[in-house]
Amino acid sequence: MLLIKNLQASVEGKQILNGLNLEVKPGEVHAIMGPNGSGKSTLASVLAGREEYEVEGGTVQFLGNDLLDMSPEDRARAGMFLAFQYPVEIPGVSNANFLKTAVNEVRKSKGLTAYDSKEFLQIMKEKMKLVEMDKAMTQRSVNEGFSGGEKKRNEIFQMAMLEPTLAILDETDSGLDIDALRIVSNGVNALRDGNRSFIVITHYQRLLDYIVPDFVHVLYKGRIVKSGTKELALELEEKGYDWIKEEVAVGA
Amino acid sequence: MSTITKYQTASTAFVQEAEVFADLYGKAHPTLAAIRKQAMVAFSSRGIPTMKHEEWKYVNLTSIAQTEYRTASPADSQKLSKSDIEQYRYAGKDAILCVIENGKLNTAASTMFSIPAGVRIGSIDDFSSDATVMSQLFTHASYEEEAMVALNTMLCYSPIIIKVDAKVKCDAVIQLIFATVPGADPLLIPARVLVVVGEQSEFTVVESFHTHGSGALTCNNIVSEVVVGKAARVHYAKVQVEGEEAQHINYHKVNMARDSFQHLTTLTLGGAIVRNNLNIRLDDEHVNAYLNGLYVLNQKQVIDNHTLVDHAMPNCYSNELYKGIIGDQAQGVFNGKIWVREDAQKTNAYQSNKNLLLSNQASMNTKPQLEIYADDVKCSHGATTGQLDDEALFYLRARGIGESVARSLLNHAFAADVIEQVENETLRESLMQLLDVKLSAMQIEA
Ligand SMILES: Nc1ncnc2c1ncn2[C@@H]1O[C@H](COP(=O)(O)OP(=O)(O)OP(=O)(O)O)[C@@H](O)[C@H]1O
Ligand SMILES: [Mg+2]
Repeated sequence: MLLIKNLQASVEGKQILNGLNLEVKPGEVHAIMGPNGSGKSTLASVLAGREEYEVEGGTVQFLGNDLLDMSPEDRARAGMFLAFQYPVEIPGVSNANFLKTAVNEVRKSKGLTAYDSKEFLQIMKEKMKLVEMDKAMTQRSVNEGFSGGEKKRNEIFQMAMLEPTLAILDETDSGLDIDALRIVSNGVNALRDGNRSFIVITHYQRLLDYIVPDFVHVLYKGRIVKSGTKELALELEEKGYDWIKEEVAVGA
Repeated sequence: MSTITKYQTASTAFVQEAEVFADLYGKAHPTLAAIRKQAMVAFSSRGIPTMKHEEWKYVNLTSIAQTEYRTASPADSQKLSKSDIEQYRYAGKDAILCVIENGKLNTAASTMFSIPAGVRIGSIDDFSSDATVMSQLFTHASYEEEAMVALNTMLCYSPIIIKVDAKVKCDAVIQLIFATVPGADPLLIPARVLVVVGEQSEFTVVESFHTHGSGALTCNNIVSEVVVGKAARVHYAKVQVEGEEAQHINYHKVNMARDSFQHLTTLTLGGAIVRNNLNIRLDDEHVNAYLNGLYVLNQKQVIDNHTLVDHAMPNCYSNELYKGIIGDQAQGVFNGKIWVREDAQKTNAYQSNKNLLLSNQASMNTKPQLEIYADDVKCSHGATTGQLDDEALFYLRARGIGESVARSLLNHAFAADVIEQVENETLRESLMQLLDVKLSAMQIEA
């Protein structure tokens, strides 16, 4: 599904990703952990197509296509979804109108007919239930005045609406209270259908109790320096990152 | 054929033309003829403003001054029919449509059968025996101070009048459709409106400006005077959607009596050069005035909104919100003056001007001017000019929304709140649609 080879990327002249490799197969859940500033969000941004991030080298294949050659909207239409670490507020655009436009643009790109208002409302209702979201939130401007947790929940709601093939969740668990963490995780798990894949970026092993990953990777200094299974997350929780940093130092 | 500057000199042509206009109404209305003569004197001493005038710094009227305009006359009207006008209907099937074709009322193209009791609409001839109306005509907008008002006062040959009696609630929107039909030669159109609203009445007026068909240059020289009676409520919209080459100089003077309310929206989407001068006088206590404006420009359009909110008396409230989206090489100007006179204690006056520049050749000049001579007042103003939020744009695109749709969506979100405040729902939806058509046209071009 996703094949990243030797990816190098910089922002404002500063190299952040230094030859990153990762393969995600259909249905898999990959967790990416790593110290602050190691490049996790940069990876997510590069995959989503943010223009400030300059790709200096390497390749990314998504469903057999050259991802790096696609516009952000084409990536989304092809099934890529990024739940932002910091969702953006858009005053004046209602959540409902935003999502209707998005869903219908994606449908249009697939040659499907646009949903009319009634169909759309019906689908929205179902998905709102999934993330226990209040109807009032859909009438409000996108993320405007939302609390940190509400913004994250809104990301998962959007994911549920767009039904992506690959979802990248960038610290969706940060800022969530215990109930919201459960709700968001249930939302994600409900979308796990054996084909849909996830990349879950997190700092906390706790999330991985709810969303159980197939693989856990450690991203450090712009590369994946260690990979393992869910036990690796437990080990990191216990020991921190120093031992990994030392391993890297020795290896280098 | 010669330019408008001919009116600055007492050339034979000018005197002849003036005689013709005098014949049109001057003989029947000697007072008006006298005012008109004074206006001629005022215009010939002032002339068309140049960029050296502080108030005209950004708008170059050279092209207006140098074009060989012919002044529209009754012969230039009465070509349009009802079916031509249908496309300009903004406020539903019940609306009263009053078509002003090249400056003169075209009754055949108008739809005026549903005018409720207590409301009268017509041209000067229909009101010649109405002393109230005749005494108000030509007395509010200042031809002494404004050359372009003087020009209008001396040349307009058929003022349109709306008179609403006291305690009338008119549900049907009155839409004045100013249809400019360009001809073979450049045409100067001096159109004039007087609206007299009785005490405690409430109604909605739309002035819309259109270019119908194509031809030589046109210049609208419009003066509207609105006299709002005690405790009356007036909803007013000015919708400027003229063609790419149209020139438009607009004066809008409102006098508000005690306890009155008005909500005035100016939407500017069309025209090459549009200059709006709004002068709202809060003439007695407990007046509420809302002034909103939205301008969306591309190519080389120039819009200059000059507004004056004149707080003359205590305990009044005014709130002004002007927003603009400016693309390509278009130019915007906002000059918003709030004048709080000595007597106007306990004034609340607010002003805000927000702009979005879509290209680096687009420009905006904003100048708020607060002149406060009373000490117990609350006034504030703020102005911002910025670009489309890249983060928001990326967020939308990351959800599969194409770039041009995303831009339109964000532009719409920026502009919509001005239109959302329009009370009449049908009108509001029509204006929103005009906005979206313009925004998507700008995206396609970009
Ligand atoms: N737009 C930018 N301009 C300048 N530096 C940037 C920019 N974006 C990221 N960086 C830098 O790149 C490095 C990696 O940032 P990134 O956000 O990818 O880290 P992260 O692994 O997601 O960290 P965290 O766990 O704190 O979210 C940091 O040093 C950061 O300051
Ligand atoms: Mg991050």
